[in-house]
Amino acid sequence: MADTRNIQNPANSRTILATDCGSTTTKAILIERTAEGWRLIARGEAPTTVEAPFDDVTVGVLNAISELEDLTGRHFLTDGHIMVPAEPAGGADLYLSTSSAGGGLQMLVTGVVKTMTAESAQRAALGAGAIVIDVLSVDDGRALHERVERIRALRPDMVLMSGGTEGGTTSHLLDMAETLRAAAPRPRLGRDFRLPVIYAGNSAAREGVGEVIADKVALTHVDNLRPILEQENLGPAREEIHNLFLEHVMAQAPGYDKLLKWTSADIMPTPMAVGEMVRAAARANNSNVVAVDIGGATTDVFSVFNETFNRTVSANLGLSYSISNVLAEAGAENILRWLPFELAEQHLRDRLRNKMIRPTTIPQTLEELYLEQAVAREALRLAFAHHSMLAAKLKGVQQIRTIADTFAQALGGESLIDLMNLELIIGSGGVLSHAPLREQAALMMIDAFQPQGITRLAVDSIFMMPQLGVLASVQPEAAREVFERDCLIWLGTVVAPAGTAREGDNVMRYTLQPENGAGEEKQGELSFGELRRLPLDIGKTALLRVEPTRRFNIGPGPGRSLETRITGGVAGVILDARGRPLSLPPENQQRYRLLKQWMTELGFPPV
Amino acid sequence: MPTAYTPGLRITEDTIVERERRLPIKGEVLVEAGAVVEPETVVARCLLEGDIHSFKAAEQLGISSSELSGLLKKRVGDKVEKGELLAEVKGFFGLFRSECRAPVAGTIEHIGTTSGYIGIRQSPRPIEVLAYLRGEVAEVLPEEGVMMKARAAFIQGIFGVGGERYGRMKMACDRPDESLTEDHLSEEMRGAIIVCGSGASSAALEEAARIGVAGLIVGALSDEQLRGFVGYDIGVAITGQEQVPFTLILTEGFGEIPMAERTFRILQSLEGKAASINGATQIRAGVIRPEIIIPREAVDAAGEEGSLTGAVADKAGSTELAPGVKVRMIREPYFGGLGEVTALPAELQTVETGAKVRVAVIQTEDGQEITVPRANLEIIQE
Repeated sequence: MADTRNIQNPANSRTILATDCGSTTTKAILIERTAEGWRLIARGEAPTTVEAPFDDVTVGVLNAISELEDLTGRHFLTDGHIMVPAEPAGGADLYLSTSSAGGGLQMLVTGVVKTMTAESAQRAALGAGAIVIDVLSVDDGRALHERVERIRALRPDMVLMSGGTEGGTTSHLLDMAETLRAAAPRPRLGRDFRLPVIYAGNSAAREGVGEVIADKVALTHVDNLRPILEQENLGPAREEIHNLFLEHVMAQAPGYDKLLKWTSADIMPTPMAVGEMVRAAARANNSNVVAVDIGGATTDVFSVFNETFNRTVSANLGLSYSISNVLAEAGAENILRWLPFELAEQHLRDRLRNKMIRPTTIPQTLEELYLEQAVAREALRLAFAHHSMLAAKLKGVQQIRTIADTFAQALGGESLIDLMNLELIIGSGGVLSHAPLREQAALMMIDAFQPQGITRLAVDSIFMMPQLGVLASVQPEAAREVFERDCLIWLGTVVAPAGTAREGDNVMRYTLQPENGAGEEKQGELSFGELRRLPLDIGKTALLRVEPTRRFNIGPGPGRSLETRITGGVAGVILDARGRPLSLPPENQQRYRLLKQWMTELGFPPV
Repeated sequence: MPTAYTPGLRITEDTIVERERRLPIKGEVLVEAGAVVEPETVVARCLLEGDIHSFKAAEQLGISSSELSGLLKKRVGDKVEKGELLAEVKGFFGLFRSECRAPVAGTIEHIGTTSGYIGIRQSPRPIEVLAYLRGEVAEVLPEEGVMMKARAAFIQGIFGVGGERYGRMKMACDRPDESLTEDHLSEEMRGAIIVCGSGASSAALEEAARIGVAGLIVGALSDEQLRGFVGYDIGVAITGQEQVPFTLILTEGFGEIPMAERTFRILQSLEGKAASINGATQIRAGVIRPEIIIPREAVDAAGEEGSLTGAVADKAGSTELAPGVKVRMIREPYFGGLGEVTALPAELQTVETGAKVRVAVIQTEDGQEITVPRANLEIIQE
């Protein structure tokens, strides 16, 4: 639980204000304990004010809260500050905030071996909510002078050094320290303060590294984040990143000294707060969860599998500023395959470029909407692939094998992301939260993530996961209740057997028995390539029996039946017999016909 | 009420343009306030500290790090020449001799007793800052640079590649909807900034590079042509550093789009004048657009300056949408079309996608009345 200030007992609080200071918008929410538990009362927003002419983040915070005052007719502000704790005239019992203003926390990480310590360091930094701007390792194929030039050009907010297991290499760490010294990196913010460097490598090299760089940077050290090959110890490094973020980086950002005094608990980096909420959601539902936030410039992916949390940021995958980069990374043919109509590659390229240079335009026609959603599928797919690669078991670990494993060729490092055991996907970001039809958001997530078995889908209605994440650190119950009642919009459940066949082959038989009078029993069969939607409202449950044919697996194994209770949502239950991995026919007319069939089944207007 | 963001590129015939020209570190300013200078006049100069070159000296010598300082012939602070002997180790009977020579010239800054590295600071590099504008040195920033000021026509493009360039304006096309071909180009355009209309053929781009033009200003190019010109696919829109034969500025976008009438007219009226252009574009928070600055004359009348300074325009204009305002559609299905706002309904309206958005009613140039999301309009500033 976080340190708390300005409050007697967080458990007694009734009124909570929380803000998220984003790079462009500051969003404020008001949460209250009502007769039916904790609820979201109102939401206000205002432009973020970290840049000239304001140079003070608190101006935007006050503006966003004053919008809340207008909306509720109540008072939270007096003499240019927030009334905390509450006074007879108004105010709130708690005020909390998250921040990603000024481009978030930009970190450089170093390690010895790219796929081992450097990757562990990257996981530690990402888990603490940082944007990792580069990963340097002894085996990254770069010459010393190239590394030095790279560090100089990057100007990180902080550096995390790792490398060497306990008792392992020290010389490579000294090499890396020399590289840092030669580069003499200057921090992005605040000309006069020294760049924070956290040393989390082999403890035997700690002193030597200190001799090389301690006079040039603000060096601190924590326990080795990879003490032995078989074990990661990321907690101390993550905690130190958070401390230094507050002490150094945030303190340099305009107005934060004031904001830090106002808040009832530490300010959290926005992605870290979202991560806390995803973890809380996984605990509350006892589920494996994947959450994604797709923005204009970046896409964040979070996952909790068997209680292991991971986060990644794909810094150049997004739907406005970065849209041309999605095209560059995915290739035109991968975007075009999701369109149920013909579009010449050159037109696709020019249209995406025009969106890049005028990033705030919105689709007016269905063709434009489906094009944007096609790009979103590819951005999500690439970001998820990136995430699956990094959210992996430790590489370099000797596996104990049985005879049965001998043919599996597993070399360690396989992904923790297990699509069959993924139970909940949460989407947020404009293209998902504001899709004209919720079914469109559901299908984008299904196509991009390709969940297998039984998976629930939800979207974050107004992106308040950041505020709820910081709230969870002081008032977990309030955060959980608002999250479930007001934050998530349940889209429904997707039922997707893994396996492939020829179009028209039988895939599964199903029986859906809604409970408590939620509807009639439905039965049927699906053949390969079909998608079917069965209505089941939000909050309703049903018993589902699925009998897959022998090539298909719904969870218990190929050809084995499954009976389970599922929950509904705006899009109901989506039975997906398109196979996994999902592959689209290469022939255009055949593909257009299938895509149109799926869109019609989910109620999309025809193009 | 949230207002639609209209990029509103600045296009003005007569304004005061100010540009700060600053050294990366402190140095010497070479001009005085009030001086009238040319774009390529060096206004300030500094010596940038040389980079440190670190190398594994102990390893080269085959000794332990702690032995290094004892064997060195040089100390911290000593100057060394490239190839100069820094230390040598003689093996048995003079055999297996190993030595360590300075890989670069400079000053020894650091000897690592733990790491076995030597760091040599290389000689400082001179850095020069040019005036960029033909105009007046409005202010000297002591030891740091100058503030340049010019009375000029100022036009922002929407996207560009390539950095700062200078040259005389030369119209290659007669109409804003005319596309550039090889036939429009001639050898006398070498070093000039060429203006054409709606697009350019790929052969024309190659010919312009061969002739050696300084810049090309065009309504639009296709993404494919941009890729061909730069040599790779630009993923993230941060440009200005490309190694390209000339600076390229698109005024409207991608595809084939006639240059806005007014932009074309201003450029045409200034044919033959010297211009400064920069293709650097950043489409992020704190957007940077490419620019064309064509100085009219040296600023002399102080009173006039005062009246014009307020209109200076490094920031996009803040004109709001209102009936009668001329706009351009910047998204399909009307992309590139022009019209005039006739109504701004207050209520949200459902568009074809099913989304409810704030819209504007537009009368197009050919007299049609259409409804367009406000987010898809760009105000044409006059």
